[in-house]
Amino acid sequence: MSLDLHAGFLVFALLLLALAAIPLAHTRRGPSIVYALAALIAAAAAVSAFLAAAGGTPLRVQLPLGLPSTGMRLRLDALSATFAFIVNMAATITSLYAVGYGRHEPEQGRCLPFYCLFLLGMNLVLVADDAFSFLLAWEFMSLSSWALVVVRHREEENRRAGLLYLTMASFGTLALLFAFGVLAGGAGAYAFDQIRARTLEPYAATLALVLALVGTGSKSGLVPLHAWLPPAHSAAPSHVSALMSGVMTKVAVYGFIRIVFDLLGAPEWWWGMLVLSLGGVTAVLGVLYALIQHDLKRLLAYHTVENIGIIYIGLGLALAFEAHRMTWAAALAATAALFHVFNHCVFKSLLFFGAGAVQTATGERDMEHLGGLIHRMPKTAFVFLVGCVAISALPPLNGFVSEWLTFQAILLSPDLPEWGLKFTVPAVGALLALSAALAAACFVKAFGITFLGRARTPAAERAEETDRFSLAAMFAFAALCLVAGILPGFFIDALAPAVTSMVGGRMPVQTALPWLSIVPIAESRSSYNGLLLFLFITFAACVAVYVIHQFASNAVRRAPAWDCGYPDASPATQYTAASFAQPIRRVYGTVIFRARERVEMPPPGEMRAARLTVDLRDLVWDWFYAPVVVAVTFVADLLNPLQFQTIRRYLALVFIALVSLLTVIAIWP
Amino acid sequence: MRGLVFDLAHLLAGSLVLVSFIQLYQDRLTALLNVFALHAVVLALSVAWQAFIQGAPHLIVTAVIALVFKGMLVPLALHRIIVRLGIHREIETVGGIGLTMLAGMGLVALSMVVMLKVTPGADPLAREDLAFALSVVLIGLLLMVTRRNAVSQVVGFMSLENGLVLAATGAKGMPFVIEISVAFSILIAFIVIGIFLFRIRERFDTVDVSALDRFGGGTRV
Repeated sequence: MSLDLHAGFLVFALLLLALAAIPLAHTRRGPSIVYALAALIAAAAAVSAFLAAAGGTPLRVQLPLGLPSTGMRLRLDALSATFAFIVNMAATITSLYAVGYGRHEPEQGRCLPFYCLFLLGMNLVLVADDAFSFLLAWEFMSLSSWALVVVRHREEENRRAGLLYLTMASFGTLALLFAFGVLAGGAGAYAFDQIRARTLEPYAATLALVLALVGTGSKSGLVPLHAWLPPAHSAAPSHVSALMSGVMTKVAVYGFIRIVFDLLGAPEWWWGMLVLSLGGVTAVLGVLYALIQHDLKRLLAYHTVENIGIIYIGLGLALAFEAHRMTWAAALAATAALFHVFNHCVFKSLLFFGAGAVQTATGERDMEHLGGLIHRMPKTAFVFLVGCVAISALPPLNGFVSEWLTFQAILLSPDLPEWGLKFTVPAVGALLALSAALAAACFVKAFGITFLGRARTPAAERAEETDRFSLAAMFAFAALCLVAGILPGFFIDALAPAVTSMVGGRMPVQTALPWLSIVPIAESRSSYNGLLLFLFITFAACVAVYVIHQFASNAVRRAPAWDCGYPDASPATQYTAASFAQPIRRVYGTVIFRARERVEMPPPGEMRAARLTVDLRDLVWDWFYAPVVVAVTFVADLLNPLQFQTIRRYLALVFIALVSLLTVIAIWP
Repeated sequence: MRGLVFDLAHLLAGSLVLVSFIQLYQDRLTALLNVFALHAVVLALSVAWQAFIQGAPHLIVTAVIALVFKGMLVPLALHRIIVRLGIHREIETVGGIGLTMLAGMGLVALSMVVMLKVTPGADPLAREDLAFALSVVLIGLLLMVTRRNAVSQVVGFMSLENGLVLAATGAKGMPFVIEISVAFSILIAFIVIGIFLFRIRERFDTVDVSALDRFGGGTRV
């Protein structure tokens, strides 16, 4: 399929669908039809992107739009085709989920058209081949997703989330604008081809790197630019949250890869260190934030921050290795990052679908009000468990493979010559290990409190299993988690063209190896075989079940739960999410969140209940955002009188501005 | 012929600047309107001379528009307005006349410096003309800033427009479309501002724009 067909089809199909969605939104079956059509369009785009990724040669089109000298250039090379495949594959399944889930949305007219436009925006970012089209598509994506965040605009909290998101998105685009300005230089070479042909001064390249990091980091949720992400992702409807969290953050990662690996030229060694350290900090902080959340969607959103950190660790390693021309190591790190992009997209969307199903069934997002859902929603519980295992990086699912590959790349760090890297990389490895362990703890909490135990509220007691479209979408993603986990070799080989375009080399061909194992480095010390592990786990589990049932009891036994001296306990005596997180909060939270616990014991004789209060402060907010707010308020107060001037004073201001500019021209040397 | 052509164009453009200065000096509305009429007439002469030396007959139309509309109709209408409003004897300036004149000289010097600097390669005739035109624009703006009365601000605005027309005709080959648009913009400005004046009068019983400040809604600095 040629690119003009791919892009043209997407643009026209999705725009038409967005237009058609406006009247259809008010009919009973309309939303389902729109989502089904969106799924078909995205599936066609995914197939086209897959063919393009396999095709090898980049496809190009130049349209007579956009900047006068540059035009609007589109290009689909291996890297963008890989991302386009991931985006459209996830969009297909998400639209399928939305066929069922979307019915519960009260404000269809505000959601449907922007959903189509959002899909279009993400696709356009991936094919843009000049700075102007890229920024245009990027902003299109931001604005349409903003409209989706404020779909439920009647709640104050959602409006605040929307404002915060809009501010951060504009800030990110501003940084990207400057980044492209630096890349294009004074001559205004905005086409990516022209940028590739330029060689930048070292300081300009560094500036562009930092700006690109800020610009794409604010969209993907790199600490400290992550503040908008949890409120925005939890405010949007769940299928949109899945897209924003699972897919849009990946488009931001694509933007970073495109600028830093493709446009910027040869990297310096310390760029890798910068990206790597930011990634490590992001991973740990993201998971710590997630641990203290009781809101299911917010918890998932903070985990997105963590996983973005893991992806950036991989990218930072790839940069560091590439700076030393260690192509095989760089290819390993880049493959790990791209594979994690795919994996995170799959399991995060799955988990958001599960959270959406729970929210529809119970009307609750707060885990403290859930519990026992495994009895009411067994299928949802099963797929959610698969997602939890995958995101906790447990074998044999996909999360393990990409994190294992990242660790393999980290283990290569002793070969790097700089002492700074020799010390930083293992430290980041420790952070990564810590975040993986904490993520597992966090998802034990998320699954256990939500689905196990007994219902904590009547709403949770009356929950119903979700509809079959949603289940089909969730099972599709769960199957992908399993397939990517036990057959990673195929995925690694499919990523090879994209990796080659990033770092100029690829990992050894994996599918040629016997027994479908993967070996990251040819003369390697380590290998992994997901299939064997899966078979072994299945076999061992079956044997264990058989043995237990045979020798312990082969009948289901019903006994009072939590019967520790309280035969008729209320559900409120169960372990809560807060109590689960308490030990970890005490260890890390005291420093990182300034967590303070206060116990109020009423004096003897008083009938009042005792209270335990926990105060948490977000230091990122206190240190980064509060000063900005203070500065902006100060400047706004200074400029406020300008709002209330007389006509003559406004004229005088114009006059003075004009005269001073002319004076500048007159005395400019 | 070349010398005479240059000198006459220079003379007319210079006279326009001079009339701008005379405008700055007036502190009564009637006198200001008369001087504005003179301003428009000088502009018309200058444009007509440009039409002659550039061999561009369409500039004659611009000259006629300037003469008829800005030299006669607009001043007459404004005279009627100020008589009807009963403000034709009012004296109003901000700051001393002398100070304003000094500022005006500074502006002329500034526009000379700027223009001679940014157009070294251009035709000398066009260069001088542009410098004068910029001075007229700036003095028109200065007039608007230093007057309290809405009518004199209108006059300042229109003499600013005159400066723009001078600049446009000084350059060779300005297309006809722009002249019409300039004429229309003046007409529209006149209508809008005329309505504006009566609205102010109806509302606040004065055309002194400082009366609006009470309704600015906030702190005045």
